[in-house]
Amino acid sequence: MTESPKVPRQSARQHPKPAEGSWTEHHPELGTDPVSYESSISPEFFELERDAVFKRAWLNVGRVEQLQRKGSFFTKELAVAKTSLIVVRGMDDEVRAFHNVCRHRGNKLVWTDHPSEEISGTCRKFACKYHGWTYELDGRLSFILQEGEFFGIDKAQYGLVSVHCEVWQGFIFVNLAKEPEQSLREFLGPMITAIDYPFDKLTQRYYYRGDIRSNWKVFLDAFQEFYHPPILHGHQNPVMRQADYRDKGFYTSHFQIDGPHRVGSTTGGAGGKLVPEFYNPIEQSMRSGLFGPWDPSEIVTDELPPGLNPGNKKHWGLDSFQIFPNFAIVFWETGWYLTYHYWPVAHNRLIFEANAYFTPPRNVRERLAQELGIATIKEYALEDCGTLEATQMGLESRVVSTFPLGDQEFMCRHLNKVVNDWVDDYRRKHVEM
Amino acid sequence: MAATLLPPEFSALEPFAREWCLASEPERYAKRLRSTMDEMQAFYDALFPRIQEAIAYLDKFPLHDLPADALRLLQLLYSLILVSFPVEIWRQPCIPDTGTASFELKLAPVP
Repeated sequence: MTESPKVPRQSARQHPKPAEGSWTEHHPELGTDPVSYESSISPEFFELERDAVFKRAWLNVGRVEQLQRKGSFFTKELAVAKTSLIVVRGMDDEVRAFHNVCRHRGNKLVWTDHPSEEISGTCRKFACKYHGWTYELDGRLSFILQEGEFFGIDKAQYGLVSVHCEVWQGFIFVNLAKEPEQSLREFLGPMITAIDYPFDKLTQRYYYRGDIRSNWKVFLDAFQEFYHPPILHGHQNPVMRQADYRDKGFYTSHFQIDGPHRVGSTTGGAGGKLVPEFYNPIEQSMRSGLFGPWDPSEIVTDELPPGLNPGNKKHWGLDSFQIFPNFAIVFWETGWYLTYHYWPVAHNRLIFEANAYFTPPRNVRERLAQELGIATIKEYALEDCGTLEATQMGLESRVVSTFPLGDQEFMCRHLNKVVNDWVDDYRRKHVEM
Repeated sequence: MAATLLPPEFSALEPFAREWCLASEPERYAKRLRSTMDEMQAFYDALFPRIQEAIAYLDKFPLHDLPADALRLLQLLYSLILVSFPVEIWRQPCIPDTGTASFELKLAPVP
C-alpha cells in the first residue's frame, strides 16, 4: 500500500474537557469507580425496573405523522409493562392512548392475524372480535350486544382504560402511572425541550426492528459511546481502517446531562468532505454512507435549529440525545435524524427499533442516497447486535462483577446510575418492609 | 411477464434482472445471503460502472411515476447497494460475527 492520504487527526487536545479534568469528574455524583452490571443480568432487578422505571417515566411510542387522519390508530406492544396500547387520533383530532383491553371479558381489542403483533390503520370505532362490544375513538363504550341481559350495567362506567398521553414536537409519549409524577415537559427538562426542530418536514421514514438477546441497557450503552466504532466497526470504511484511528481513538466533543437525560455531540462523519480514498466505492458513487446523504437536505440553513449543538462546538457533526429511559434522537449535520427505541422484553432480551427520517426525496439520486444511508445503518447495527449478545453472555457468567468505564463512556455510567437511583427510590417508597 | 424487464438502454443487465429486481429490502437481503461471492461480484461488476448512467436515465421521470421497466432498474440499484457490502468490505455474503441477531426493515417508502 502506498502512503496514506491525510485525515483530520483526532486528539484529546482538540476536544477540551471540563476544568475537573474529565466529563465524569465534572459530575462527582457519578463517581469514577468500576461499575456493576448486576442490573443487566438479574431477573429480579428487571421485575423491579418494570414498575420503577417503565411504569413511571414518560415513554415515546411514535410520532403524530403515524396518525394522519381522524380515526388513524396504531397499537404498541409494551412487553415491559405486560400491556398493549391503542394510540388513536379522535374525531376531535386529539391524540389519545388506551390499554388495548375490552372491558367485557378482557380480550385484546385491536389486533389482526396474530394477537402479539402491532398493527395500524384507520377506523371509526373499535369493535371487539369476541362479543362485539364497541368503543368510540375517545374510548367511550357505545354498544353492548344484548345489553338488556346484563345486570344493572352502566355503559359510562365501562370505557377503555385510558393512559396519560402528551405530545412534544410531534413525538407521542405515554405514561403508565395512575398519576404521573411530572408533566411530559417537566420530565423532559430544559435541555430536551430547548430542541425546536422541523420534524414535520422529515416525513420520509424507514423503520427497522430487531429482536436481540441482550439486556436493554447493555444494548443501549453501545449507542451512547463513540469509543467502540473504530474497533468494532473498524473494517467498514477506509477512514476507520486507518491505523491512526485505532491508535488515537475517538473523542466526543461535548457531553451534557440534564436530570435523567444526556447528550453527546461529535464532529460527525465529515460525509464526503475527505479525500475520495477514504470512502467505499459505492459511497463515492452515491454520495452517502453511515452519516447519511452527503448533500444537505432542504432544512439545512446557516443557523442550526434551537437546542442542537448544546456545547456550541465549532465543528459540529451530530448530537445524540438520550431521553430516559429508552429513547434516543440523533441529529445529523446534513439535515436528517434517527430515533432509537430499546424495548425490554426480559432481563436478557429486547426489541430494538431504529427509525430514520429524511425530507421526501425529489428524485432518484436523492432516494438512492437515503437507501445507501439506511443500508449502512443495518451493516453497523448487526455488528452491534452480534457483539452485545456476546456481552450479555460474558456478564451472565458472573466471572467478573465490576467493570471500568472510561471518560468516553460517561453516558453509560450516567444511565447505569440513573436506573439504579430510580429503582432505589421506588424500593424506598413501595417495597420497604 | 414481459420478455425484457429493463429499459432497452440497459439490456446488457437483463441476465441479472430476473434474480435481483426484488420489491422489498427483506427479499433483497435474503437474496444476498443465499448468493455466492462469484454471483454477487458478477452483478456488481456489470452494474457498478453504470450507476451514474442509470441515475441520469431514471431522473428523467418523476420519482413517483416511474414506468415499470424503470422501476425495475431502480430495484436493481437497491440490490446493488446491498451487494456492495459483501463485495467491497466483507468478502463474504453475511457480516462477520453477527450470530443469529435479526434486524429487519419493516417499513420503507415506495419506490
